[in-house]
Amino acid sequence: MQNGIFIFNRLILDLSLLGFYAKMKKNILKIPSLLDNLETDLKIVLALRKLKEPLMIGIHNGGVWVAEQMHQRLKIKEPLGVMDISFYRDDFSQIGMNPKVKPSKLPAHMEGRDIILIDDVFYTGRTIRAALNEIFDYGRPNQVVLGVLIERDGRQIPIKPDCAGCTFRLPVGQRIKLTGPSPLGIEIKTFNNE
Amino acid sequence: MIDLQLNSEGKLKHFLTIEGLNKEILTEILDVAESFSSMSSQRVKKVPLLRGRTIVNLFFENSTRTRTTFELAATRLSADVLSINIAASATSKGESLLDTINNLEAMFVDMFVVRHGISGAGHFIAQHTAPHISVINAGDGQHAHPTQAMLDMFTIRQYKQKFDHLKVAIIGDILHSRVARSQIRALNTLGVKDVRVIAPKTLLPQFVENLGVTSFNDIEEGLVGSDVIIMLRLQKERMTSALLPTEREYFKCFGLTEKRLKLANPDAIVMHPGPINRGVEIESSIADGPQSVILQQVTNGVAVRMAIMSLVIQPKGNVS
Repeated sequence: MQNGIFIFNRLILDLSLLGFYAKMKKNILKIPSLLDNLETDLKIVLALRKLKEPLMIGIHNGGVWVAEQMHQRLKIKEPLGVMDISFYRDDFSQIGMNPKVKPSKLPAHMEGRDIILIDDVFYTGRTIRAALNEIFDYGRPNQVVLGVLIERDGRQIPIKPDCAGCTFRLPVGQRIKLTGPSPLGIEIKTFNNE
Repeated sequence: MIDLQLNSEGKLKHFLTIEGLNKEILTEILDVAESFSSMSSQRVKKVPLLRGRTIVNLFFENSTRTRTTFELAATRLSADVLSINIAASATSKGESLLDTINNLEAMFVDMFVVRHGISGAGHFIAQHTAPHISVINAGDGQHAHPTQAMLDMFTIRQYKQKFDHLKVAIIGDILHSRVARSQIRALNTLGVKDVRVIAPKTLLPQFVENLGVTSFNDIEEGLVGSDVIIMLRLQKERMTSALLPTEREYFKCFGLTEKRLKLANPDAIVMHPGPINRGVEIESSIADGPQSVILQQVTNGVAVRMAIMSLVIQPKGNVS
């Protein structure tokens, strides 16, 4: 009997917590505040790490949309670089070529540069690993700062963003995606096979 | 025969001919190639896509550009490449084509790039290889040379952006040219409505109009208003009967000269798949002139072949 009451109480607690998290996510995941948070975070990190004439690079597609905003807000002089990591993906041998691959547009000389790398959602860390590999094929940068709009749980390799608009947990079967470019929005999808 | 090129999901598995491939697939190849061509500004001109994969170049016919650009493309995709010198291989000791293929397959290769003097050799190999192996046709007899056609389409798109409004003139030995056959198919599929073939009657295949082209026996008439001029080499090695009086006479009647070039649009580009025979099909000053994009074609060959190799390679575990 006592066991039954415990399970019931636990269920009530879980349900209320779920509701709380849902509300929290709704409040957290507002694009203007996420962009503001990322901007503030980036300014602090750029000052702390003393980046000189940094080059900003956005990762296709969502990362470029966020980078366009940050590029403007941080008043970066050099044109925004864009990068498609399809040629560096570690799952190419399983899933094959992404036919929607776009050309990367990066300056030829990245040797010794300070780089701000921007993506929309940080999840496993594999996209960033691929992006870093591509950057190093252009030259050896002085330092790279990683900024993302949303950092979720589920890291699979030891890479972590330096700055994030928000950080939160999401069940394994759910994916979060930035939609855009205008207006920017957030979409959470549930996948049964995960 | 046509389905042989596609896997159960409708994606490229082999690349043997342009025939049977739709506009979406051809455009996909051009788009992916465009992304690869942006790699030229990288310090390390290499991507890890085909790391751990083995590609065998099997050239039963001579080639400089095609073989070297295939080798370079595979190397830039980080694949391991074997180029078999057929003249010094067991084929010269009487080994059959299929036995050569079976032996190479036993070495766990992932892709064959094949050039062969007999039409249909690529199809034959694709039909007899293990399901995980892809075959790319690098020229078979007088049938097809689809990767050359795709790099030519890439070059045309680079200079002219769109296909539908173009007037394209293909001049020379159409009869023996696998390049011309693949180009005509690709141009038609990509939406070019005005494709002209210009050649003496002896060097035009019978019923060539059925391929979707207009034929001309007068170069000056055919060149008028062209946006793209593609010159072809006289394939004397394939001529088994007296099709031409002399090379001099051919140049006089069908050679591309400065004077004739003026009949085309002023911004027309001049292309040639190579090797060029200066003074036979093209005047030297045009081959080296401002309208010539012949060397750009060679540059584009690497990116286009990288795109085709990375699109046909089968994901590991997918053997459909």
